[in-house]
Amino acid sequence: MHAAVVVFPGSNCDRDLAVALKAAGAKVSMVWHKDTALPEGVDIVGIPGGFSYGDYLRCGAIAANSPICREVAAHATRGGYVMGVCNGFQVLTETGLLPGALLRNAGLKYICKTVGLKVATADSDYTSGYSVGAVIDIPIAHHDGNYYADADTIAQLHDEDRIAFTYTDNPNGAQADIAGILSPNRRVLGMMPHPERMADPLHGGTDGVALFRALAGALVTA
Amino acid sequence: MKARVHLMLKTGVLDPQGEAVRHALGAMGFEGVKGVRQGKVIELDLDEAATQADVEEMCEKLLANTVIESYSVEMV
Repeated sequence: MHAAVVVFPGSNCDRDLAVALKAAGAKVSMVWHKDTALPEGVDIVGIPGGFSYGDYLRCGAIAANSPICREVAAHATRGGYVMGVCNGFQVLTETGLLPGALLRNAGLKYICKTVGLKVATADSDYTSGYSVGAVIDIPIAHHDGNYYADADTIAQLHDEDRIAFTYTDNPNGAQADIAGILSPNRRVLGMMPHPERMADPLHGGTDGVALFRALAGALVTA
Repeated sequence: MKARVHLMLKTGVLDPQGEAVRHALGAMGFEGVKGVRQGKVIELDLDEAATQADVEEMCEKLLANTVIESYSVEMV
């Protein structure tokens, strides 16, 4: 598996994501936001957490229009894998690769804590290492993680089994307790919680490891 | 020429900041404030040739997230 992790000005989880992907066996290339091409042979692009462009205008809005994001969108359109964590999820909704938007947390506070996530589907190369209904502990750290989409979109996500994770105790007001969703081809994942921060015993837990391992297993021959 | 873009969360999209402002006004003794919605204003300094249609395209592509926001353009 060859992974590219995009670095924007203000990204701060890029190296954590790279470490987690490497631990699962990936070759990882870091890609700068001004780059106009992805490295040859990239299977998956990681859009990391952080505060790209200082969250100016809207979280992820400027990043979504950066040169590298045009390439990321083209990669996804070709059927490539893309995973966006936290700010990366916000970027993916701003690019339109995933539906909906992330609003300010309902309680208005920035929340940084470990939360329970229920695995809502195992039918994806990100979640196949978990069983449906399993509860895993993964940290969140965001101010704008309140997932919003219109009722038709929420119904469609349910009908197409595209909700990857839900919160067991909704911390931010997200509709339908949604913490992470998949694209129609199940190859683009956006999630607010940080699996890369639960990927080593020294993190205090390893519930995120299965996600990276499942991905590496699926992409080993790709 | 200038354009002023007004951005508001769409009706039905929860505005927790507006709600917090409403609570604060009530706590300060301002009675009768039934609701507060908070938006933003963006001012653009433009070439004379720029049209309202140009600004609307900017709104669609960057300035507004039309999933959650509505916009109006005022040429001034």
